[in-house]
Amino acid sequence: MRALTWHGTHDVRVDNVPDPQVINPRDAILKITSTAICGSDLHLYDGAIPGALPGDVLGHEFMGEVVETGKGSTLKKGQRVVVPFTISCGGCFHCKIQQYSACENSNPAEKQDMSATLYGHPMAALFGYSHLTGGYSGGQAEYVRVPFSDVGPIVIPDHLEDDQVLFLSDILPTGWMGAENAEIQPDDTVAVWGCGPVGLFAVQSALVMGASKVIAIDHYPHRLELAKQLGAEVINFKTTNVREALMEMSGGIGVDAVIDAVGMESHGFAVDNMIDMVKQKVGMGADRASALKQAILAVRPGGRVSIPGVYGGMTDKFPLGALMEKGLKVNSGQTHVQKYTQPLLEKIEDGTLDTTFLISHRLPLEDAARGYKNFREQQNSWTKVILKPGMEKEGAG
Amino acid sequence: MKHKQEAGIAGGLVAVGLAVGTAAFGIFLGRRHSGGNDDAPQFARRSNQAEHALVGRSVTIRKPAAELYEYWRDFCNLPEFMENVEKIAKQGGPTGGAVWKVKAPGGGTIALKTEIAEEVENKRIAWRSVEGSDIEIMGEVRFSPAPGDRGTRVSLRIEYDAPGGAVGRSIAKAFLREPEVQARHDLKRFKMLMETGEIATSAHRRSETREAKQQENA
Repeated sequence: MRALTWHGTHDVRVDNVPDPQVINPRDAILKITSTAICGSDLHLYDGAIPGALPGDVLGHEFMGEVVETGKGSTLKKGQRVVVPFTISCGGCFHCKIQQYSACENSNPAEKQDMSATLYGHPMAALFGYSHLTGGYSGGQAEYVRVPFSDVGPIVIPDHLEDDQVLFLSDILPTGWMGAENAEIQPDDTVAVWGCGPVGLFAVQSALVMGASKVIAIDHYPHRLELAKQLGAEVINFKTTNVREALMEMSGGIGVDAVIDAVGMESHGFAVDNMIDMVKQKVGMGADRASALKQAILAVRPGGRVSIPGVYGGMTDKFPLGALMEKGLKVNSGQTHVQKYTQPLLEKIEDGTLDTTFLISHRLPLEDAARGYKNFREQQNSWTKVILKPGMEKEGAG
Repeated sequence: MKHKQEAGIAGGLVAVGLAVGTAAFGIFLGRRHSGGNDDAPQFARRSNQAEHALVGRSVTIRKPAAELYEYWRDFCNLPEFMENVEKIAKQGGPTGGAVWKVKAPGGGTIALKTEIAEEVENKRIAWRSVEGSDIEIMGEVRFSPAPGDRGTRVSLRIEYDAPGGAVGRSIAKAFLREPEVQARHDLKRFKMLMETGEIATSAHRRSETREAKQQENA
């Protein structure tokens, strides 16, 4: 089959790789109909996540048709399903309390040591996201093997298009959980750093949850425009002093909750971020966290800090004093996708949530490398790229 | 007593050099942790005082102790989740004799001959090597209620030694492929098998799985 494989920093290629097979009883094999490039795929693309190996198939946002099932799978051939990017067994302590991204059984035993050393505990396996999270082949391919297919995949009714439901795999639940983690109350003002897909979904979710005002922060005009269309007020951090603006826009109180939808490769022109950027480049490994640092200073005392943005290691010069002195509450984590797929599918069906507004490009799988390059380099206009294995390559025919 | 003497001598020489001071500090640390004035298992101490090399690990499994005990008690099941154990053949008899065929580096195997040292239904199974075993080993698995009604705490403890002191031990270590890592991974795989009915693998094709590799080595 054809699949997008990782070969090194800024080097991804569509290659021939062997078709996947059912290995364990609860497995299923999907024929991919739609798959997306995620902002967190760019962390791999940029070489910022350790543990990726040449030849790894990337992709953790995908959906498709069931073509083969193991004897323990509850899926049936021909069903259309969306698959959560977190692989979770459904039977361990963490799965039972719906903390699916901390599943104890999906990350193979011999691969748990790395994350156990780095984080103190092993975490759930993720599709196509380095060997730190299990080394499972991802879904930017024609076919994918889905373990624990009786727990994760959600069956999609025929009347919904791929574009409407594909993002149930990651970014919609991630934005939703980001807003939920901000513990929004009816009179709250909420600030969201980053108007990438997760940030935009967090904006949308925060408004659905009843925030009285949502302020979105970015520096790409088109992305700010999308946030505005959702109903947010916006700040361009390139031209505006963010902290001062947030104080003004919240009437001098400070925002009640902040959401960092940026993560470890934040832009930003503060001196400390420049130093962090250099360190990351020379392999000293500190996560750049300028958005998070800014968010912690901007939130009001007693406020909430939600971190859906991805971090992988350590950071320097963290404003721990502000966190403690202001009595902030921090909620974070990889998304417990399985907890949200059903309720969010209902919200898509009844029209509460729209997921299609941020799709900017649809490409054949063969064009995936171009998709990565442009998604990274032209962030203003390339807001979200969907890859279609079945689609004809442009100019090919 | 030995430690006390050494500490005394080292203490007298601290002024001489940093190296000696470091050694004394090491002994101080060693003494601090050898007493075992806490509730942690012996294998969790920084420096265990066991005569032999000792490794151990606990996991919590969301299954009743009886079910786990039942599975473990049939030693023929153990190769399902013990990666370096190719096969266990029961010899029968009152002492539960068994021969373990264990993978060695370079593709060969060694034989562990064991008998059941003690078993307490649903609580504990202990085994030890007998005459003719390639490696001297004592193993024990305990099943106890996990805190907070979260299932069963399973603790695996292995003490091993080989003829020839430290040299023999390093050989044993090589043959057992880093026993500490092995014990940890084996227990995780046991947990996976009991909680999910399968052992997680990121293999893409059946030919890449652990089982396939084992069959090739056999």
